[in-house]
Amino acid sequence: MRLLDYFKNTRSGSAAIAKERLQVLVAHERLDRQHSPPYLINLQRELLEVIRRYVNVDQDAISVTMEQDETRKASGNASISALTVSL
Amino acid sequence: MARIIVVTSGKGGVGKTTTSAAMSMGLALQGHRTAVVDFDIGLRNLDLIIGCERRVVYDFINVIQGESTLNQALIRDKRCENLYVLPASQTRDKDALTSEGVEKVLNELSETFEYIVCDSPAGIERGAHFAMYYADDAIVVTNPEISSVRDSDRMLGILSSKSRRAELGQDPIREYLLLNRYSPQRVKQGEMLSVDDVQEILALPLLGVVPESKSVLTASNSGTPVILDDKSDAGQAYSDVVRRYLGEDIPYRFMDEERKGLLNRIFGS
Repeated sequence: MRLLDYFKNTRSGSAAIAKERLQVLVAHERLDRQHSPPYLINLQRELLEVIRRYVNVDQDAISVTMEQDETRKASGNASISALTVSL
Repeated sequence: MARIIVVTSGKGGVGKTTTSAAMSMGLALQGHRTAVVDFDIGLRNLDLIIGCERRVVYDFINVIQGESTLNQALIRDKRCENLYVLPASQTRDKDALTSEGVEKVLNELSETFEYIVCDSPAGIERGAHFAMYYADDAIVVTNPEISSVRDSDRMLGILSSKSRRAELGQDPIREYLLLNRYSPQRVKQGEMLSVDDVQEILALPLLGVVPESKSVLTASNSGTPVILDDKSDAGQAYSDVVRRYLGEDIPYRFMDEERKGLLNRIFGS
């Protein structure tokens, strides 16, 4: 086996998969850090509380995202918050 | 005015305490008056790694709560007169750490020490927060493993937004990567993330690569910081790390597989 390994000097193991997964994940998480204003988590929690007074939804059913709209940046209205609730 | 260095990672078990012990001993051996502070309140371990566990009388929390003076709590190392250890409390809760208390202790240490090494607990809660909050430099200890790299990246985000330097709008904390438990052989076989892979993702200056080594366990068994074992690969790697931190330009070692003879390649295990 060692003799075979000597000739088989290619890098095709699981490290490449790990790197790819990390790159995607880290890019995503950095984006979240940069673009989410600090109040977003509280906003999300309070919105959920209000909605729960009327409809029984769970934590995963709601998502709040903040997006930067390049086209509207000129008019000073740059961020859009979107609320999605699946009922 | 001391330089405050935090040794951090987010993830547990990657070698923060081993690194804190080696780094502080290394700085002290280079002639710098150094204090190393254990921020892992309730799970004290730095004393064991440095080998001063039987000399602990007072601790960090005693000092914060005014039950002892700082000088009473500091333990002077028996091997190197420039090194002092401030142990964590083993019995108290991490809530005993207060912002004013930590600041007071660090200010007092700053008056007489050149370097203060803060050994952070794992996680991102109170202990880890205070360990990094006052830092000037951060050594991010990372293993070439997916969850460790992710946690390191998270920690970098925290260093750049939640530290005192960030809050006061000062120059950011200087961040360095220390890649620990590296196995060049497994990297070559494609089983482990390489130094280049990790650097590509974290984009930090590399302070050094410490190879996976039996000598680390041997050192902790006997309460000797591994940097004192100058025959071991890990000990030598940490010596390089310290010298690089102090500004020396030293070629990187332990990143490639040891050369083996042809016979060893064929018949070796």
